[in-house]
Amino acid sequence: MNKAILFTWLVFIFLLQVFVLNNINFFGYVNPYLYISFLFLFPLNKNRYPFLGCCFFYGLGIDFFSDTGGIHAFSLLFAGYFRLMFLRIFFKKTQIDYLLFSFQKESFGLVFNYVVTLTFIHHFILISLDNFNFQDMGSIFLNTFYSGSLTLILYFLGSYLFRKKQIG
Amino acid sequence: MQQLVYFLRKYRFFLFFLCLETIAMGLIINNHSFHRSKFVSSANSIVGGFYHNSSAISDYFQLAEENKRLVAENNELINRNEQLLKIIDSSKTFLSKDTLKYHQQYKYISGKIQKNQYSSINNFLNINLGKSDHISKEMAVINSKGIIGITEHVSNHYTRVQSILNQNSSISAKLKNNSNHMGNLKWDGKDYNIVQLEGLPRQAKVEKGDTIITSGNSAIFPEGILIGTAINVIGTQTSVNKVVNIQLFNDMSDLKNIYVITNFDKIEIRNIELNADE
Repeated sequence: MNKAILFTWLVFIFLLQVFVLNNINFFGYVNPYLYISFLFLFPLNKNRYPFLGCCFFYGLGIDFFSDTGGIHAFSLLFAGYFRLMFLRIFFKKTQIDYLLFSFQKESFGLVFNYVVTLTFIHHFILISLDNFNFQDMGSIFLNTFYSGSLTLILYFLGSYLFRKKQIG
Repeated sequence: MQQLVYFLRKYRFFLFFLCLETIAMGLIINNHSFHRSKFVSSANSIVGGFYHNSSAISDYFQLAEENKRLVAENNELINRNEQLLKIIDSSKTFLSKDTLKYHQQYKYISGKIQKNQYSSINNFLNINLGKSDHISKEMAVINSKGIIGITEHVSNHYTRVQSILNQNSSISAKLKNNSNHMGNLKWDGKDYNIVQLEGLPRQAKVEKGDTIITSGNSAIFPEGILIGTAINVIGTQTSVNKVVNIQLFNDMSDLKNIYVITNFDKIEIRNIELNADE
């Protein structure tokens, strides 16, 4: 994907998250966190400093708007760090394949596994940090499941709708 | 030395990752303490400006409802004023023209909520008042129906408010009936229209439907600001840990116009409390 288009997409998703998706409050408290698609849109690179730095600041930006301290930065960075590991596990890709890697060339099953794993890791950390105590594990798991499902539905619908315009 | 360089080279991404995670963790812990100044807060000029513009758009959709609410409030205030004028018989009342003797303790500043939050565990609001409107830390935020929160982080034009729907929030409250038993108002993080009153002494009698108001015990809230009605008491009437569930008068998901209360005597009250400690 072209850098300008990528940047526009990331800004759009950011604003969508901050002004619309943070106010969904499904069942009174469940919100989708679609900004995690940052991890799937950002191009793969051998040098990981830019990606990790961007993860941190993208998450921190969300934190500024939702007054959550640093929980989005923490969880997005965490999921971002383990992105390459899951890429190796699910797609068997090494550093040589990074440049030409694209979700559209892979089978949907593999992409699904990869996206679901990263989404739930991210959401679990995010919601645990938000609750800030481990007395109420049941509600953390339940909330992770609900908001994770919402995010995944939105992400897959979105990527299906825009799959011809963006190659990424 | 070479080993060290090799180690750093091998784990350079991991170390960078750890470094950023530590910063994030520091910011999270900082966000949980009321008295530290915040770096990550929606009260800064950029984020506040964004919310200012977005609320300017969304305000239009609530104008009719909000107008109705303000007219109702006006109506109540006019009626109360009439009652007071009846009580004050001007022929018998001594009118003081000496402004030095005149003393006003509270001042109300009106403002608007730009960002409302109620679904999280620790909720914060953002209002369109700041240092330029003489807002400072630890001021009461209310509306016509009852309490909303306490100002926490103030920038030039915007302020972050710690909502009563926040696990760190603790406000002194009491029953409106004749007894002066006081307790702490807390929130358990479950239902955003129900808060809890804790630490009531066991001899305090609470019935379903009792009105709960602020106690005026702290220098932040004046006495008698409405909070809500008691819906049930957890634990028996005589147990030590009596917790009262309170249905708020405010619908916390639907707030717009607010007042921030300045207490002119705050510093004086604080000084007396400090001197008493010594």
